[in-house]
Formats: sequence, structure tokens, C-alpha cells
Amino acid sequence: MRTTSEGLFRLTAVLGISALALSACGGNGGEEAPELDGEGAENGGPEENGGDNGEQLEASGDLTVWVDADRADVLADAAEEFEADTGISVNLVQQDFGEIRDQFVSQVPTGEGPDIAVGAHDWLGVLVTNGVVAPVELGDAVDDFEDVAIEAWSYDGQVYGVPYSIENIALLRNADLVDEAPETFDEMIELGEDSGADYPFVVGLHAQAADPYHLYPFQMSYGAPVFGQNEDGSYDPEDLQLGNEGGLEFADWLAEQGSAGVLNTNIDGDLAQETFNDGAAAFQLTGPWNVPSAQEAGINVEVDFIPPAGDLEAQPFAGVQGFFLSSQSENTLAATTFLVDYVGSPEVQTALYEVGGRAPALTEAFDAALADDEIVAGFGEVGAEAVPMPSIPEMGAVWDFWGATQAAIINGDGDPAQLWEQMVEDIEGAIE
Amino acid sequence: MPEHTTTSGPPPREASKLTRRQRQAAKIIDATSIGWKLILFKIVVLGLLCATAVYAALVLFMNERWFVGSLVVVGGAALTWIYLQRGALPAKYLAPGLVFLLIFQIFVVLYSGYVAFTNYGTGHNSTKDHAIHAIMLQTQDRVPDSPTYQVSVLEESGELLASEELYFAVVTADGEALIGADEEPLEPAEGAVVEDGRVTSVDGYNVLPFAELLNRQQEVTDLVVPISEDPNDGYLRTQDGQRAYQYTSRYVYDEAADTMTNTETGEVYRDTGEGAFVSEAGEQLMPGWQINVGFDNFIRAVTEDSIRGPLIYVTLWTFAFAFLSVATTFILGLFLAMVFNDQRMKSRKYYRLVMILPYAFPGFLSALVWAGMMNQEFGFINNVLFGGASIPWLTDPWLAKLSILIVNLWLGFPYMFLVCTGALQAIPEELSEAAQVDGAKAFQAFRSIKLPLLLTAIAPLLISSFAFNFNNFNLVYMLTGGGPRDVSAGVNVGSTDILISMVYKVAFVGSQADYGLASAFSILIFIIVGTISVIAFRKTKSFEELN
Repeated sequence: MRTTSEGLFRLTAVLGISALALSACGGNGGEEAPELDGEGAENGGPEENGGDNGEQLEASGDLTVWVDADRADVLADAAEEFEADTGISVNLVQQDFGEIRDQFVSQVPTGEGPDIAVGAHDWLGVLVTNGVVAPVELGDAVDDFEDVAIEAWSYDGQVYGVPYSIENIALLRNADLVDEAPETFDEMIELGEDSGADYPFVVGLHAQAADPYHLYPFQMSYGAPVFGQNEDGSYDPEDLQLGNEGGLEFADWLAEQGSAGVLNTNIDGDLAQETFNDGAAAFQLTGPWNVPSAQEAGINVEVDFIPPAGDLEAQPFAGVQGFFLSSQSENTLAATTFLVDYVGSPEVQTALYEVGGRAPALTEAFDAALADDEIVAGFGEVGAEAVPMPSIPEMGAVWDFWGATQAAIINGDGDPAQLWEQMVEDIEGAIE
Repeated sequence: MPEHTTTSGPPPREASKLTRRQRQAAKIIDATSIGWKLILFKIVVLGLLCATAVYAALVLFMNERWFVGSLVVVGGAALTWIYLQRGALPAKYLAPGLVFLLIFQIFVVLYSGYVAFTNYGTGHNSTKDHAIHAIMLQTQDRVPDSPTYQVSVLEESGELLASEELYFAVVTADGEALIGADEEPLEPAEGAVVEDGRVTSVDGYNVLPFAELLNRQQEVTDLVVPISEDPNDGYLRTQDGQRAYQYTSRYVYDEAADTMTNTETGEVYRDTGEGAFVSEAGEQLMPGWQINVGFDNFIRAVTEDSIRGPLIYVTLWTFAFAFLSVATTFILGLFLAMVFNDQRMKSRKYYRLVMILPYAFPGFLSALVWAGMMNQEFGFINNVLFGGASIPWLTDPWLAKLSILIVNLWLGFPYMFLVCTGALQAIPEELSEAAQVDGAKAFQAFRSIKLPLLLTAIAPLLISSFAFNFNNFNLVYMLTGGGPRDVSAGVNVGSTDILISMVYKVAFVGSQADYGLASAFSILIFIIVGTISVIAFRKTKSFEELN
């Protein structure tokens, strides 16, 4: 008696559960289909933008785009327009910008990755080596972008996406202390000293790793890039230029500025910014990210070209942000259309500039932005002359040795030329 | 009916058998009536669980993930079975914990164990098929100075006999309309109508509208139309269905021979079992793919130049760091615990509260703040405490080691203080009183009575603290970054690097990642820490037996 009732109970339970399970699945499946149809019917409507034909066929499907929070709103507008024009819905997934590269690398092979993701050009080395990105043929649209943006987004002869903004450092000047832009590094120090500020010039350096990124313009002014460039602007890992004559001159210069106290590895980024914001420094070498806090602190900020220490132009590194395409995308056609015709449009580029505050990559939007804001113009003009930060994987072997040696030279821990040559040797060893 | 009334009514004077049965029945009714809420709860929760499991399994099976799918089915069934049966109380209590243990511990351990035997990392990220697909995509070069073609995609018209095949129709610079398909080079299109440089209709074909292209986008983007009979002229391809470009491929993949051939140099790249196509000269074609490499990673972990040199030094420092960290924090923690445990101390509560503060701050934040305070020129320590001295706290190899121990002392003593306070309070005061009556001095009483009792309780915590500090990546990374390093030494390892931070530097150089090597290393470190812990635990056991 007891056992049977229990058995019955169990059976009911199992049946109940499976019914629940089935209804849950059924519900899902049932709901999805009509939803898609509905979308198609709504959106495949009269506006046939891409098609150049009168027929009203419905396209269905969707694109997945990984985007960071700042960019999401702008993309949402573009996505809505895209959906209205093509019937393809765009599914925007918000991700933390810093996570996107590694997530993309691990998710694309599993088939769970997006069709499109936002990113920075210096990720390309890793993304291409892992085979997770596909080239995007911009065709004649290539000429509509700033040269540095296309150069940055090129890798091994291919353009890997649609760039949207250019970011670089420039010289900030406290215009209340100094009223003219310096022509050379020495002139800048002189102007700074005459102004009566505690520090003529500050740049944030790490105690043990200096900062090769911020010091690069001065190194470039001695004619010593990291790698030689191929004809198409891409970097050649075989051609390490760090150790050329200019590199050694730069090493001497570092030691000189270190002993003079102009470059000081005890002043890190935070301290440099604090000093400048307090009005205690006449010049600061930094990026647009530090401008708002300086302006809030009441500093009259002007953005100048970086004064060269050597005879050549002081070109900084440029970082270019953009959107790239997954090599495993099953929606290449829709994704490419979205990238080239929507993300690459002046409206979207300008909208992205408005939320990010960085000079746009599309020349038309770039010019408009430069006319619109003095600070952006200052950085943009420097950025247009900048060199893209190398994205080749070999660059990974350079940073650590480069920074540690710069710090040692600035701190006077040995003969600059010797340390520099040792560094070049170590980097060559590490690249192999 | 009459029977029914007899059973429910008060028993007249029938056999005691019936009464017992009645009692049993009442019990069952009782039991079920108390438990119906529980049963309902069970049904709902298990129902949801099973629904999720079935849904997940269906999705997984549809994606051909047979193994994971079956695991989900088996797991779901096992849980349902455990909770639907009477009894099996231990299983009911253990099951949720076991599930989480499996997912978050066992799986992770097994997975990193598996990765340690593969070449998984940058450049070896996926399958061979994906690698071939990616190489072909990435090495497709647009022919220099070739024009942009406005392309139309067509299909044969007519209901019958029409194939599903797609065609490209383009217009040349001289206005001639051409049509071609897969393996059918471009040829003049008969009866083509051209508007604005684009073919709008061709006799015998339908021009596909954009929406239709989107529905068949993979076919469209995969379509390769040769320009002419000569393969060197390249082919047309479109990525967006609007514009086609003329490409040549840098590599040709021969499926039968499983080789990649460079079309310009004729260099042949073969799959030699290294997880990439390799040329005769040993040049690898990236991306490669993931393969099993056996014990290679373990061999590399102890033989690679960049590791072998500093390995002994770093290992010694790791041991010293972990041991000294435990010793200093324990001594300070114990001392403070004893002080604040003394009855004569006033307002102990507030002091104790203050003592715990360092423990309450996030460790990485504290490390960053300390790094600022230890700045040679502007730091609080040099400027205020040492009156403007220029002590290189973080840039001198030995001072940096001291600094890291000081900061770890600051971070770690509250924990030791807490556990020692707890343990001390558990030791009855009479014991030391008795010892004092017997003539022992206060320190003697502490040494021979309280300390051994304390150690029995605390020793396991000291061991786990050792294991924690052995892998204290956060502190090293945030405070010194492993530095300072000797730039003339030629290796990227600094004087405060411990094993785990060295592994990080070796396995993740710049943006390159070598998960295989990192996993092999973490297994080696686990073996070291595990061995030490086992030995130490054995020792503490003998402690306990003494008591």
C-alpha cells in the first residue's frame, strides 16, 4: 500500500517535471519564431536603402557586436538605422573595453564570439596571429580616412577593420605661465624656468620602467624608431632600429636630462598631473585623458606640438580605436555593410567623437572636430603627424627591456651607451 | 460503505491489529500533511532544475557537444533522483556542495592539467580547420591598382532546370558587362542592361535584391569568380554584396597533400606535427592550431634560457619570502593578541577594532598606497619619517625585499592577530595560574603551556598562510612589479620576483600568451606547495598527539 502510493507520487513528480521542462522549451521555441517574422515584416518595409531595387523581400538574422559602455549609445542609433534599412537586427553586447581582446580571442573559435567588436589597433598582432579577425576591404573608402588611422589598422598588407578615433600625447602648456609654444626641448625648459614655476616640465615616469611611450617623441627626434617601416607603413620586425646612431644619442640625452633633474623617475603619472594641476609646472607631456582634470583645477591649458630634442620631428605614438570583424562570422556580408557604410559614415564618426573626445579617424569628421574644439584640434594636429604604435607581436618583447633601461639611464646607473647597446642585444635575443 | 465508517469511527472492540493499522495510517496522513509544502517546493525547484538541464542539453546536442550535453543530463537526473527519494540524507546535504566543487574546482584543475599538455596560447588558439580558413582569409591580397567593381549577384531564372548557383555581373571601365561564376571565368553578358555602372538585368538571369543577398550571405561571400582562364589574373570576390575587388591568394591549400604553397616563391609549408604549417627552412605560418605536445611544456619550464638562469635565485627568494612573511606576521599578531588579551589593558575593544583595519582594506589598494609612500623623493616615509632622506626603498635590490616584507607584515598581521586572539581566549586561564603556583615565571608558563596549546590550534592556519604567500602575486605585482631588475643581466626577472610572478612574465610577454607553459608551471608550483603542506600537516599531527 505504502510503496504503491509512493511510487505513484514519484511517477507524478517525474511526469510533472518533464511536462514543465517540455513546456519551458516549447515556450521558448514557439516565441522566437514569430518574433523574428514580426521584425522582418516591420523592417523590410518600403525603405530599401541598400538594394537599389523595388522588390520588397525580407531579410532576417542578426549581427552581434561587442562594444564598451561609452560607445554603446552611439552604436545603438546606428544599429536602429541599419535594422530599418536592411531588416537585420543588431544585438549590442556591452563588454569592458579591457576585456574585449582576450575574450574575443578565446570566444571566436568556440563559435560564441561576436561578428564585430570594438578595439584598439595594437591588438591586431595578437588577433591576426590567432586567426580570429578577417580583413575588411574598404575599397576606395580608404582615402576618406586619416593616413595614420589606416596605417595603424593595416597588418601585413591588409586593413583589418574600420577605425573611428585617434589618440596620442601632446604637450600641455599652462598658458598663464608661458604664452608661447616652444620650438625645441631646450627652449621649452628655458621658457619653463623663466616662468618661475617649480618645475619647468613634467612627464610621468615609473621608477623602474620609466615610460617609453611618453619618451618616444624625443627618441624619434633623434631618428631612432623601434622598428623600420615597410613601404606600406607596416613595421618590419627584422629591422630593429633602436640601436642606430640616433638611439645612442638619445641614450646620452636621457642621461643628461636625468642628471639635470628634468626627467625624474620619482615623478610618476599621478604626481606629474598633480604638479601641473597645482600650477607648479609650466609644461606637461601627456594625453587628452588628463586635460579635463587640469581644466577643472582652473589651469588655462593650451595644447602644443611636442618640441624635439634632436634635429628631427618629435612624433609620438598614435593609438587608433576601431571596429574589427570576426574571421568566423557567418554574417560577413551584413557585418561588412554595417562597418563600411554605417560605422564609417561621418554621422557615426562624429557621434563617436562626441562621446569619446578623441579626434575621429574619418577625415571629414576629423576636420569638423578640429574646427569645433581647440583641445581636440591641438591633439589632432599632433596625431595626424604621429606614427602608429607597432602592433606586431614582436613589440611585446621590446617594452620591458626598453623601459627598464631608460629608467637605469635616467637614474645614472651606468654608462648610457653601454646600457643602450646591452638593451638592443637583449631585445634581439628575446625576439628570436 | 459500512466498512468505511468502521475505520474512521472510534474502534468498538475489534482486534488490536486494526488499531495499529489505523495508527499507521494516521501517521502517514500526518507526515504527508506536514510535508506537502516541502514537496511542492521540491517539485518546483527540481522542475526548474530539470527544465534548465533539458534545455541546456538540447542546445548542447544541437551544437554537437555530446560529452558536455550528456554530463548535464546525467547530472540533472542524479540530482532529481537524490532529492526525490526518501532518506539518503548525507547525499542531500552534500550534493549542492559537490556540484559547485566539480564546476569551480575539479573542472578548473583538470582543465589546466589538460592545457599543460597542449600548445594552447597565442597563435595556437583553435582547430586546424579554423587556422586554414584564417590563413586563406588573411593572405588574400587585392591586386594593386585594380578597380572597384560595382557588382550584381544573379541567379538563373526559370522555374525548372535552374540551378541554385550564383553569378557575379560587373561592368568594366569601357562599359562592357561581364558575367561569371565559380570556376566559370568572366565572359561578356548577353542582353545585359547597365544603369549607373551597375548591371540591372541580364537575359536568363534574375538579379538578386539586397535582402536576398543577406539571406544567402555565406554563399555570396564565399563565391570566387576567376577573372580569366589564367589563374595569375586573380579572382573577384565581394564582402558586402555591393562592391567586388580583384584578389590574388598568397597561399594555395592542397587538401590531398595537406600543404600550403606560396604562390609567389613556390615555398611549400607542411604540417609537421608542430601545430602549424612549417616550411623547409623552419618558418612557421601563423595562425597555427592547438595540438597535444606531451611533456614539452614541463621540459621547457626547467630548460628554457629565460627561466633557467634566474630559477634557483627566484625559488630561494620565494621560500624566504613566504617563510618570513608567515613568521613576522605571526610574531607581531601573537604579541598584539597577548597584549590586548591582558585584563589590565583599558578600552581593548577600540584598539582591537583599529588593529583589524589593514585587513579590511583591499590588498592591492594598500600595496599601491604603500608604493606611493615609499617613493624615494616624494614619499611620506622618506619625507616625513626620515626627514627628507633619499632612501631607495623600492629601487635597491635588498631594500625592495625588505619593503615587500614590511608591507606584507602590515597587510598580514591583523589576520594573525584575530586567530591568535581567538585561540588565546580558548585556553583556560587556570592553566597558567596553576603553573605560576608551581613556581613558573610568566614567560616560562607562556612558553611551555600556552604556546604549545596555541600552536596546535594555529599550525594549520600557518601552513595555509605559507601556501598563500608562496603565491602572493598581487602584492609583488602591485608594489614592485618584481623589480628592481639588473638591466645588465639580460633577463626580464627582478630581485623581488617570486615564482608565480616570474611565470607570469615568462608566459605572458607583452600581449603574447602561452597558456600551456603557464599551466605546466602552475602544476609544478602546486606540487611544491602541496608537498610542503603535507609534510607540515604531518608534523602538526604529531603535535596533537603530544597533547
